[in-house]
Amino acid sequence: MSITTERSGDGSELTIRIEGRFDFSSHQAFRHAYEGEGQGISQYVIDMRDTTYLDSSALGMLLLLRDYAGGEKADVRIVNCNGDVRRILTVSNFEQLFQIDD
Amino acid sequence: MTTDAGSATPLRILIADDNQTDRMILNAILTRQGHEVIMAEDGAQAVEAFEQQKPQMVLLDVLMPNMDGLEAARRIKAAAGEDLVPIIFLTSLSDAESLASCLEVGGDDFLSKPYNRVILRAKINAFQRMRDLHQSLQQERDRTDQRNHQMMREQALARRVFDNIADRGCLGAENIRFEASPMSIFNGDVLFASPKPSGGMHLFVGDFTGHGLPAAIGALPMSEIFYGMTAKGFAIGDILREINRKLRNILPTGFFCCAAMVDLNLRSGHAEVWNGGLPTAWILRHDGTQDELRSRHLPLGILSAERFSAACERHTLALGEHMLLATDGVIESSNSEGELFGEERAIAAINQRSGPYGGFECLREAVHRFGEGVVSEDDITILDLAMVPESALNTVEHEMLPDTGAGPEQWRLQYDLEDRTLAQFNPVPLLLHVCMDVPGLRLCSGDVYTIIGELFTNALEHGVLRLPSGLKDSPSGFTRYYSERERLLGQLANGWVSITLAHKPHEDGTGGTLLVTVADSGPGFDPGETASSLDHEQLSGRGIALVQTLCHDVRWNDTGNCVEAEYIWRAE
Repeated sequence: MSITTERSGDGSELTIRIEGRFDFSSHQAFRHAYEGEGQGISQYVIDMRDTTYLDSSALGMLLLLRDYAGGEKADVRIVNCNGDVRRILTVSNFEQLFQIDD
Repeated sequence: MTTDAGSATPLRILIADDNQTDRMILNAILTRQGHEVIMAEDGAQAVEAFEQQKPQMVLLDVLMPNMDGLEAARRIKAAAGEDLVPIIFLTSLSDAESLASCLEVGGDDFLSKPYNRVILRAKINAFQRMRDLHQSLQQERDRTDQRNHQMMREQALARRVFDNIADRGCLGAENIRFEASPMSIFNGDVLFASPKPSGGMHLFVGDFTGHGLPAAIGALPMSEIFYGMTAKGFAIGDILREINRKLRNILPTGFFCCAAMVDLNLRSGHAEVWNGGLPTAWILRHDGTQDELRSRHLPLGILSAERFSAACERHTLALGEHMLLATDGVIESSNSEGELFGEERAIAAINQRSGPYGGFECLREAVHRFGEGVVSEDDITILDLAMVPESALNTVEHEMLPDTGAGPEQWRLQYDLEDRTLAQFNPVPLLLHVCMDVPGLRLCSGDVYTIIGELFTNALEHGVLRLPSGLKDSPSGFTRYYSERERLLGQLANGWVSITLAHKPHEDGTGGTLLVTVADSGPGFDPGETASSLDHEQLSGRGIALVQTLCHDVRWNDTGNCVEAEYIWRAE
């Protein structure tokens, strides 16, 4: 598991990329990924292209990020999910909380 | 015998001169320089002596009885064939025309009478150098010929090996048309197609940089990975990642494979497309337009596993719509004027289409017409696949189904973890791996992971460690929860979790039932009391609800420290 981040050219978008299993063992790294970035971020992108599975604590972590990014007004997109990840997000009704792009 | 200093390797030299004095003088000079001398008195004798004694160099008088020097030179050159036998004409003639005719019949030089010893030696040495060079070129050429033959033999052999590996494909399926020359693999092109166990198919078009062996070497493991992983139910991304990893390991820097892969889902009418370095492919729409499928990635075999991206584009195709892919041999094929075919001509050709495989036929014909009379360097591979109803492919799919029933289908496994191991080791990947050996179950790996993972986490955190999930109600609570988890695991005593997996196949062969039982050393809890729901926005409490959604049945024992989840899956 590893988490990497990337800021867009103007600094307003933060992409967080999670590799491998996204589970409780990532919670600190994941929190640092967005809390350590400072001000000026208005959009968040969670890139799951290399994420194999995610568990229920990862769902909790995504909700934490959503709160951090402004709750109802948050702009958080989840992109490039594989079938398994996508299924968990769907089953959990996360489509109502996040914009999920395939 | 005394020799003049500076003469090179001794040669056998033929002297033909009807004048005895001149013969004797030349003989003396050459013998003194260390050469072996053969003498002839006229042209006919000279030709005969040449054929019998194979001299390496010939000195010929022009004017001789029986056969003059010019005719003798012609015959000697013909008899020498590919070998370089320098002929030096001995002449007192000085008019340009006579001298020129000496060279025209195959002579290499002249020597004027009276003979100059120094010049003669210099000329012989010069011709000897030329002979040596000629000889080494001849040897080199013969070696190259030999190697070429050997390579052709080896390629034919490799081709047979390759066919044995790759012939399981479904390139003959109803919805596929393709154009690929029989030896195109040795020009770097590969084309694979395989039905997926879950229905639909995977397709792969590749074009290696370079020709010949490097391309062929890369194609072999690539085909094995493609067919092997597809048959086992791996997803397109897994397969691409594995091929990329393998190619990066085996190919030298600078060699790579431009490729496109398609996951065609006939049931949902979708295609997942990954294009790394192949020319733009097209989806041919019913309304006559086409969508471009541009290359979004670097070719396979370049990026490290960490930087490689297998992200695909998802496209919807209506029944009867086609996808057209081609290697750059199409765009880069040239006509007799050296012009390239180019993307514009390709699109123009496709726009002429009519009928079901019109796009494919039009493109193929246009490329062939364009390149008529030109031996093409790069081979041309074109693949056309159509979205068809799944039922149209039943026959192909069925006979292609891989080794169903070869893996373990009916088994039971109990795995108990205690104290230190429980604190340090995550058993979920290992147990998932065991389950994935059940033929067909890999397609449901996400579900199985969730069920085993959530039930294990639940047993460990809430059962053994007795952590209240309500702690995870805020960001700081989340962190507190996991540091508390860490602390409790560190001092774990007499804690255990026992996981039992049991699988049995359905009688009709369409899937099976996986029973996951997880018990723990905790005091148990009342599942009714602990709210687990997917509808709220709480940070926790989602795990059990997820398992309940995926499983046919989830039941606890009376104490609440043992849960049994029944997961029924079908190979669809």
